[in-house]
Amino acid sequence: MSGDPIYTEMIIEYSRNPSNFGKIENPQIHRHDSNPLCGDSIDLYVNVDGTKITDVKFDGKGCAICMACTSVLTEMIQNKTLDEVKNFQKDELLAELGLEHLIKTSPVRIKCALLSLKALKYGIYSYFTEKMNDVKAAGNLKEEAASLY
Amino acid sequence: MQSTTQSLDTQCRSDFPVLERRVRDDKALVYLDNAATTQKPIQVIDAITDYYKNHNSNIHRAVHALAEESTEAFEVTRTKIAKFLNVEKSEEIIFVKGTTEAINLVANAWGRDNVQKGDIVVTTEYEHHSNIVPWQLLTQETGAELRYVDIDDNGELMLEQLDEHLATGKVKLVAVSHVSNVLGTITDIKKVIKKCKDAGAKVLVDGAQAVPHMKVDIANLDCDFYAFSAHKMLGPTGVGVLWARKELLENMKPYQGGGDMIREVHKQETTWNDLPYKFEAGTPNVADVICFAAAIDYLTKIGMDNVRNHEIELTKYALEKMSKVKGLIIYGPKDTQRQGGVISFNFKDVHPHDVATIIDKNGVAIRSGHHCAQVLMEKLDVAATNRASFYIYTTKQEVDVLIDSLEQVAKVFKL
Ligand SMILES: Cc1ncc(COP(=O)(O)O)c(C=O)c1O
Repeated sequence: MSGDPIYTEMIIEYSRNPSNFGKIENPQIHRHDSNPLCGDSIDLYVNVDGTKITDVKFDGKGCAICMACTSVLTEMIQNKTLDEVKNFQKDELLAELGLEHLIKTSPVRIKCALLSLKALKYGIYSYFTEKMNDVKAAGNLKEEAASLY
Repeated sequence: MQSTTQSLDTQCRSDFPVLERRVRDDKALVYLDNAATTQKPIQVIDAITDYYKNHNSNIHRAVHALAEESTEAFEVTRTKIAKFLNVEKSEEIIFVKGTTEAINLVANAWGRDNVQKGDIVVTTEYEHHSNIVPWQLLTQETGAELRYVDIDDNGELMLEQLDEHLATGKVKLVAVSHVSNVLGTITDIKKVIKKCKDAGAKVLVDGAQAVPHMKVDIANLDCDFYAFSAHKMLGPTGVGVLWARKELLENMKPYQGGGDMIREVHKQETTWNDLPYKFEAGTPNVADVICFAAAIDYLTKIGMDNVRNHEIELTKYALEKMSKVKGLIIYGPKDTQRQGGVISFNFKDVHPHDVATIIDKNGVAIRSGHHCAQVLMEKLDVAATNRASFYIYTTKQEVDVLIDSLEQVAKVFKL
């Protein structure tokens, strides 16, 4: 099925060999999230040094879209600062895999694509508010996470 | 309808307007999600329009002409269902909104008075949530115990476990599916019922996947409660049936209070109406019950043996072809004599939603998910499965489209 708008070579490849797959023990940021409809279920682990991300990993189970998007997200935020990552937009992530069209064409599958970004935004929100006691830095991350899909 | 010269799908397909639909870039719809709900023939669609256009009125109350017509039509459906299931007393047919409500009715109106601390309720690993959760609620409330009959590698019940549970002498009720909605397994229901009777336990049969697909003879089964839904057998949504033995119904308290279910209401007490009305409080789903009769007529005309034979042929055809698709794992008996027109499967290492998305592009509608059977998913050790399910209008050509699509999945995922 060449030219399939969802199941590109890149997505299949990532789904079979996800990047940064694994667990970080005692990470500074840890967030579990799942989609009840399809059973995507992931744990995202992030370590930071000051405000710079030093390590990202994830594990869990999910469909090809979820696995590919989570892989790409972990690659994209590696070594970035939390401030940079805070403003990360869903379009950037989707564009990386050519999945922008999902927003319009598949309200169901968009949830698979954005699960990891939602987990990341909630995770950073908790980090700022609970560990750093810096509500201001957290901004409206929580609302943004909730409105992703 | 002549069944010998033409296949069943050819005879009836043109009665189903929605099967003309084109979906996803003009692909012909291939509807293989019949275990979730079936499509409706024009006869049923016309019956509901006719009811609202020409007869609409409340029932069992007024004496005007429309009320009489509606009441009559409503009761005719009850009689037709009784005949369809070989039930002699039509007052044993209670209208509810579906299988789920039928089971909840029994759990509440019978369970609360008959199941106590120390008693056991038995269900199975292949039940739909609607035949598990009401029993969890009941046993948690009463302090009774909920036990399961597990399934073996072929997706069949391990009846030795039922024997063990029954041997305790504490089992009050066994709640079991006639046909599994995920694996398609046909329960050896007569054997199960006999064992329960011998041990003095009552039996509730969830027939949601049986009544639509095979001849069900309730008199011959000898169970105590039987539940099914109209929407899975060409009928409308919002209608289901609970059949129960008259002696049991007579001794049960009402499930809900309200209009229709009473004989006399005084300030502090009420006497109950006769069966079946004692269990039909409030204005029922009059229109849908009435048009359900058109579905019963349709299936009666075809003959349930012909329905079953058509599904056996399709299932055999599909199983044979599916067994050749690379990387495909099929669950359940894989034996058409012991299986209804339902096939559950997964590709090794491919998530069911990826499978459904890819084949949906070819217009093929299958279900992917846990099928309201998470206990079974746990047993199979999967998060979800794909399920194709057939009905009277399903053609071999449609099965071919499914197979081609599955081969595409294998190719995309390089299996
Ligand atoms: C075996 C079985 N039991 C119960 C149900 C519940 O039926 P309903 O949703 O019509 O109440 C279903 C339908 O999904 C089913 O397949």
